Amino acid sequence: MSRFADVDRLGISGKVLAAAVDEGRAALVAYLPLGYPSVDDSVAAFRALTDGVGADVVEIGVPYSDPVLDGEVIQHATTKALRRGVRVRDAFLAAEAVASGGRTPVVMTYWNLVEQYGADRFARDLAAAGGAGVVTPDLTPDQADEWIAASDAHGLDRIFLVAPSSSEERLAMTMRACRGWVYATSVMGVTGTRTQTSDAAPVIVDRARRADPSLPVGVGLGVSNADQAAEVAAYADAVIVGSALLKCLASDGADMPGDLDRLRGLVDKLAEGVRRGRG
Amino acid sequence: MTQLPDSMGRFGDFGGKFVPEALQAALSELAEEFTKAASDPTFAHELHRLQRDYSGRPTPITVAENFSKQCGNATIYLKREDLNHTGAHKINNVLGQALLTKRMGKTRVIAETGAGQHGVATATAAALLGLECRVYMGEVDTQRQALNVARMQLLGAEVIAVAAGSRTLKDAMNEAMREWVSTVETTHYLIGTVGGPHPFPWLVRELQRVISTEARAQMIADHGGLPDHVAACVGGGSNAIGMFADFIDDPSVALHGFEAAGEGIDTTRHAATITAGRPGVLHGARTYVLQDEDGQTIDSHSISAGLDYPGVGPEHAWLASSGRATYEPVTDAEAMTAFRALTRTEGIIPAIESAHAVAGAQRLGLRLAQEQPDLRPKILVCLSGRGDKDVGTAFEWFKMSGRPDAVVGGTE
Repeated sequence: MSRFADVDRLGISGKVLAAAVDEGRAALVAYLPLGYPSVDDSVAAFRALTDGVGADVVEIGVPYSDPVLDGEVIQHATTKALRRGVRVRDAFLAAEAVASGGRTPVVMTYWNLVEQYGADRFARDLAAAGGAGVVTPDLTPDQADEWIAASDAHGLDRIFLVAPSSSEERLAMTMRACRGWVYATSVMGVTGTRTQTSDAAPVIVDRARRADPSLPVGVGLGVSNADQAAEVAAYADAVIVGSALLKCLASDGADMPGDLDRLRGLVDKLAEGVRRGRG
Repeated sequence: MTQLPDSMGRFGDFGGKFVPEALQAALSELAEEFTKAASDPTFAHELHRLQRDYSGRPTPITVAENFSKQCGNATIYLKREDLNHTGAHKINNVLGQALLTKRMGKTRVIAETGAGQHGVATATAAALLGLECRVYMGEVDTQRQALNVARMQLLGAEVIAVAAGSRTLKDAMNEAMREWVSTVETTHYLIGTVGGPHPFPWLVRELQRVISTEARAQMIADHGGLPDHVAACVGGGSNAIGMFADFIDDPSVALHGFEAAGEGIDTTRHAATITAGRPGVLHGARTYVLQDEDGQTIDSHSISAGLDYPGVGPEHAWLASSGRATYEPVTDAEAMTAFRALTRTEGIIPAIESAHAVAGAQRLGLRLAQEQPDLRPKILVCLSGRGDKDVGTAFEWFKMSGRPDAVVGGTE
């Protein structure tokens, strides 16, 4: 039986992570930015993440003009996506595509985009599209009254971030406010691939669990290959991969079939990695 | 009123801390450290010594008697922040934050800059206090302002061009924030304006407050009492908040902020955030933002680089919504006309930023003369910086040739 006994806390996406843990492995959370290389091609890429063994949870990143937590690789793609006309509402198309592929979509978005769409309306439309919840990189629970109300009203997960610099008090406060799982940023830095994942990662995972054992902990920032995925899977409940997947779309739309093959190939390897971690 | 912001950094509906969790600890540390410093006589003494012996404070008030003749029945008083070391009010903030950096045991500062004024001020304070310094500057701005890049480098700072997004000030802020997420243990982000997440809008206001503390006392002591109107230009809004701060509790003093209307607020090329933007979140605070329907930030435009910013400090958003201050747009053309008028009549070349306040004050004086012809209003204007840096822009704007008016002494 799962060590995550309180099913209400797990919401929608947390149940997927808990099921993976019950299978004796970590879950794979795969991130790609929406609208890159174009809206249609990105929807195809999101769908590709659900092919084969695939990702357990797909994270749809909404491009924003001022993304303080994104590294260069993602920012260059999202700048292009914005120039090519991606809209916030396109996230619902992507969520539908992922849900129809049988996987669990969550959206990652900077807060202003939700505020301008209308928090309640955003939650309503995402839930209607089959979305499970939202990762909010620049919204912490102490600023989130409006989002907490909207996500409660429409039954969406709230995935907040914790960091190595989080105090015990803030860790506890953040865990309490999450539904689904918690996103642990493992290094003090922005997104992007690294040759080694940080020593701080197991520590923050452990601290998060001690603060609140009822939520799965996902680790993001830095994983780019199967070995690193296995390494993180040894201690985290979910391994989040972003920049490395985006690098598979290197042709900028010129060769989508080739790019999607590369993408599926990497997802297969990462899926193998998260299964090897606790083997 | 001066109790704001609250403990969450909110000014009514504005302000707050919309930043990644990774920065929350640093922001809390900064707020605590500044609270302690503010009540520590050693810190106050050291800051005061630097303001007096290094920056040249107090700055005087100049009565602009000649220029006032073009302003209806008003008398224009200029608070001369242009006479500070490095030529603008920016040094007030930078010296305070650099001292705070040392107090926190940090050895390095990073800063964002638009045209380079805040970058130069930061590099100056870093040189003085022995701090490492890195300045982020939009790539477009580094090309437009190569001389300021050189000034910062002469002062020992490292200048990093930001080639992301629109490659201007807002992107330099993103990059500085992004770097800070990973270097926060050794590094202080020395933000240049009253924007950004709490505690910056509060901290920078308190460091700029010296402008109005001095000016209020000077008006009472030397010029017959409080001014009727106080005027300042508003980009991010640091000189304006410093100029307003001690007058906020004086109900008889009207506060006027002048935003950059660029080519006009009915065009897409302006930076009049309060006049033409709407509430949203940018750079860690809820405030007025120039943004599209989705909430993506729109590029701003102003002839004045220091006002060319698509957001505004959250306290200004609050002062605007509460009605305590009023904000009006001033176009490039109006500012340049005032730039020339003040230069010709007073022998003071204002920064083009400050020329927006001068133009706004003139418009106000003329309007009051029509509406209330019996009044003899006193208008106090924050002359936030000097215009030496803007001669190149003026050269182009006024289509000057650079040729002498005549040649004498030649034998051929």
